[in-house]
Formats: sequence, C-alpha cells, structure tokens
Amino acid sequence: MADVVQVAPADDPVRPLFSPAGELTAEARATLGLSPDALRDLYHKMVWIRRTDQEALNLQRQGELGLWGPYQGQEAIHVGTVAALRETDWIFPSYREFGMGMCRGIDPAEMLKLFRGVSHGPWDPRTYHFAPLVIPVASQVPHGVGFAMGSRFKHSDDVVLSTFGDGATSKGDWHEAMNFAGVFQAPVIFLCQNNHWAISVPLAKQTAGSIAERAQGYGFPGIRIDGNDVLGIFAAIRTAAERARRGGGPYLIEAMTYRMGPHTTSDDPTRYRTNVELERWSAKDPIPRFRQWLEGQGLLDEAALAAINREVEAKVETMRNRLRATTAPAPGEAIFGRVYQHPSDSFLEEREEFESSLESN
Amino acid sequence: MEPVTMAKAINLSLRDALANDDSVLIFGEDVGTLGGVFRITDGLQKTFGPERVFDTPLAESAIIGICIGLVLRGFKPVPEIQFDGFIYPAFDQIVSHVAKYRNRTGVSMPITIRVPFGGHIGAVEHHSESPEAYFAHTAGLKVVAPATPGDAYALLQSAIADPDPVIFFEPKARYYLKEEIDTAREVPIGRARIAREGTGVTVVAYGPTVSIALDAAKAAEKENISLEIIDLRSLSPLDMPTILESLRKTHRAIVVHEAPVFGGFGGEIAARIADDGFDLLEAPIERIGGMDAPYPPARYEKLYLPDVDRILEAADVALAYG
Repeated sequence: MADVVQVAPADDPVRPLFSPAGELTAEARATLGLSPDALRDLYHKMVWIRRTDQEALNLQRQGELGLWGPYQGQEAIHVGTVAALRETDWIFPSYREFGMGMCRGIDPAEMLKLFRGVSHGPWDPRTYHFAPLVIPVASQVPHGVGFAMGSRFKHSDDVVLSTFGDGATSKGDWHEAMNFAGVFQAPVIFLCQNNHWAISVPLAKQTAGSIAERAQGYGFPGIRIDGNDVLGIFAAIRTAAERARRGGGPYLIEAMTYRMGPHTTSDDPTRYRTNVELERWSAKDPIPRFRQWLEGQGLLDEAALAAINREVEAKVETMRNRLRATTAPAPGEAIFGRVYQHPSDSFLEEREEFESSLESN
Repeated sequence: MEPVTMAKAINLSLRDALANDDSVLIFGEDVGTLGGVFRITDGLQKTFGPERVFDTPLAESAIIGICIGLVLRGFKPVPEIQFDGFIYPAFDQIVSHVAKYRNRTGVSMPITIRVPFGGHIGAVEHHSESPEAYFAHTAGLKVVAPATPGDAYALLQSAIADPDPVIFFEPKARYYLKEEIDTAREVPIGRARIAREGTGVTVVAYGPTVSIALDAAKAAEKENISLEIIDLRSLSPLDMPTILESLRKTHRAIVVHEAPVFGGFGGEIAARIADDGFDLLEAPIERIGGMDAPYPPARYEKLYLPDVDRILEAADVALAYG
C-alpha cells in the first residue's frame, strides 16, 4: 500500500464566504448579524486607534516616547479581529498590534509605557487575555499554539488568535508552530497580516510562494483575503474561530494589507519604496471605505460622524495627559523586581547594593 | 529502598510529580511510547495517558516555545531536550522568552527543561556537550546539575515545584550510578554539598565531574593528600558560602567541569572566589575542563575530558605554594 497522502480537511466554512479574489461576498456581508450599533462601533474603534497611532507618532516626535511603530492602514484587521473573538479567547500578538490591545480594553497610556522606556510589558496578559507584544519575529507563534494545545487538554472551547506579519513566515518558529498546530489539532487561528513590507524587504523578496496555501501542507485550510475590509476580517475570524471551537482545528488567514507608515520612527521608507505604491494603497484605506459603506447603508450621518470624532478626540486627550503624568517605577524595582518569583540571596544582595549606591550618590 | 540508578531516580521523580500535581506535563522527542532514548520517561505515558506525557514533532524551538502558552493556560511543563547538542535551536525561546517572560509580564514561568549533558559515552558529534555556561549566564533562569541518584530525585522535585524556570542538566554518563535514595529528603535549589571532607585542597565540581573528583580524592589519600570535594548541584544560583567555608580550611581551590575552560562556568567560580575570598587563598585557582576545541570524536574523548591525573596534578601545583 502506498503511503497515505494527507490533504487539507474538506471542512472549510470560511472559503464559501469569499470570492476567489478574497472579497467577502454580498450575501455573506448581508448575513453577518451585526446590529447598526455594532457596525458603527467597528468604525468608531478604527477611527480611535488610527487617531491614537497619529498621536503616538506626535508624542515620539515631542520626545515623550523613545520609539513608535505605526500601524496605519491595518486598522480593519485590529478592530475586526477583536470584535470576532470572545473575551476569553487569547490573542498572541507581535509588536504592531497596539490597536488590538486597545480594543481588548488595555489603557493605551499604560501600553505606551513600553515605548516610553519604562516597562517591557505594562499589562498582565491574564487580565486581558492579550499576551505581551513580542519583538523577535515569529517567536510568539509557538506560544499561542502551546496555549491552544492546553485548551484542548482542558476540554475548553477557548481558542487562540496568533498573529504575525509576512516576514514571520520566513522563520523556523513559524513553521514549527504551524506543524505542531496541525499535529495536535490545536484550536488556533493563524492571522498573517501581510502588509507587504518587512522593514525594507518587499513581499516578493520575502517568499516565492503563497503564504495561505502553505496551510495545506500542515493539514489544515488557509485562505487569502482582503485585509482592508473590516467585515471580511470579522467574518473570516469568527467563522474560523467557531470551527476551532467545535474541534475543527487550526486555520490560516492571510489578510492582505499595507503598512502605510514606516516600520518604526527610526525607519525611512523613502529609501526603498515609491509614493505611487503608497497612493495605490491609500485608495484602499480601510477607514474611508467602511465609512462609505456605512453611509450607503444609511447607518452613519454627519451628526454621528461628528459625535465619533468628538469622542475620539476626548479619549486621545485623556491618553496624552495620562501618559505625561506617568510615573516610572524606582530603578531597583524596574531592573530587579520581576526577574524571579523566588530570587536567591545573592540576587537580592546585588539589588540592595545597587539601591544603596543610588542613595549615596 | 533498594539502590536505584540515577535514570530510575529521575523516572521516579517525574512519576511522583505527575501523580502529585495534575498541572505537570511531560513532552519531547520520543518521550511517550518509547520512554525516551535513555528510558528516563519509561512507563509514564502508560500510567498518566497521552495528554500528560506525549511525543512531539522533532522541533526543539517549538518544544520550548509551547511551554510559554501552556503555562499561561495553567500547566507546569517539564519538556525534555533529547541531547545537549540539540538544545541550540531552542536557545532563542529559552533566552528571549522562558528567561524573560516574568520580567516582561509579571507572570511566573514554572518550566523545568531536562537536558542530558556531558560526555564519556562514546557517542557521535552533538551528543556529549556541556552547554551550561550559556544558561548560567542568562538572568531569569536557574541552572542545576545533580551528581547522584538521590540528589537527582530531590532536585527535580525542587525544580518542578519552583515558580521560576529551571534548566535541569542530567549527567548522562552517570545515569547508571546506583545508590539508595530517600524520597523524603529535600534538596533546595542553590545549595551545594560537601561530597567528601578534606583539608588540603578544595575541588569544586558538578554533574559528571563529581565522581571523577571523588576518585581523585581516593587516589590522593594514598599520597597523604587530602581533597575536599564540593558538589555544587546548583550553578545558578551559586552557593558561595559553602565554597568559602571550605577555603577557610584548605586555602586552595580547583574547579573541574567538562566544558571548555575559556569562558566556562569555572571562570565565574574562580572570579567569585578571588572577589570574596582573596585573603583566604594561598595558591592560584586552578581550572580543569575540556579543551578549547569542539568536543572530539569519541576515540579521543578520554584525552579531552578532565580525569583523575589532571586533578592530582592541579592539586600538586596548588600545594606547592605557601
């Protein structure tokens, strides 16, 4: 008998919702079951996280932050993903998912401590079911798979959303995690935010093949979709999550989007990409697109838009004030305080010596 | 209790940990059905089932990476890395995440990573290395290496109970060393033991070099040289009080490990002795280890590794001072 060739399971409830080009079908869009308030809330959140992104950029320029990694252009993914999950589902982000963290309820002024240089991880992941922002590319992907394996062991129907960029798919950890997920049938949705650039390296130089289609090699389905349509993201994530919840296993979603800003405030994209490309993607900007759709549905008028803008401005001002009032922990606590739960005597002595050297100076 | 081998003692310790704490999980390459290439996990899957003791795909980075998520989900992972020389693909997960996650988030990471280490087994390349210094150098980790069956049992209990991550190095050449063990005896992490009392020279060893140092002490006795042997058991944290106490008697120190001497853990011990015990010393601190060359083909390992003669020669040098 020849070896059995494994193929991806036929159970793929996501694909029928999308056209071959990855656009949510009109029929699927009409049957999402989101109330007008819920739809307006998606828009509100996208505006809020974009305005926060811009404000963080300003704060970096004013010297309030050491660094900032803008996510402009990727708001549909941040907002649609969180809205599609249950609060008890865990999200394992990379470093650009600040907006997702906001949608999970983390105070942006607290999160900004990371970029202000006073904390490596200013929130307890267990409170928000939102793991820390992870900087080494793709290294967080196995963490999410481990959590999802644990969900299976505990017979829980919580699922995991593991997100990363196109560059991450080049890394060994990404492959190892995808493979583990397939073998253990872990309830995890892999969300690739393909924003076309890994700092200065374009997608074509990152990989020669399709990212979405790789899922099949790991024994589960994958799909490439429009990442700038918040409802498409919502539909894909919710459907893949429901599938995982009922034991269907992992799913890979490759969401096509664009990093409209630099990699970080230390980057200069004019050295490697053209304005023409940026303009082409600006035409697909997820926020005006969704606004036009809402207006077309009669769900958003000028008064509602003005109210959203007022509310967002107030929230941003609060964030700015809270950030400026941030107190940093004392040096001894910041450096030594959280390293060990059971520190050794010699570790405590080093801390003590350091703290008394500060006092005597 | 009948005398048991270190392999059996570790197996018993894992069995007791699984029985006493439902959150303990054991996994790695070949640890399930086979019971591990050294049979350390023999029979555990049969008793505790494939959701608590399981084989993973062949991928060390993910074996360690999944531990982070499993801890967040409420488990205590006890993964096995099959051989010392295969830990390097997992180095990033250990150094960037296992060691730093608590510092980043405030969430403790009770993970015990078991690694058979050291040479003397006539193996092919990558099966005989001593990578402990990389991990002892990494803040956020604890690093231990037992030398006897009883300590292996007890230290593993301490490691699994510890809320912080522990790299647990098992001296594979001593897996078949036998002794009676007392499973009620506790060995806290960070506490060395005097393996043999002596007055002439202190020999600091850990893991596989402890029994070589004890053999050297027996041989030295015939020449009226008294060696005190310290079995560190724990590299990080390091029990300096026990070392300094010994030096108050002997005033001479030799450090022995299998890893290359340059940049090796012996350098840390020597530097700490020089810092905290300079006045106690009557001779330079001798370091004995593998050579500053990669681990050799098996036919040459006896020449490469520390042996009784090299310890005795170092003792002669130390005793020639003062």
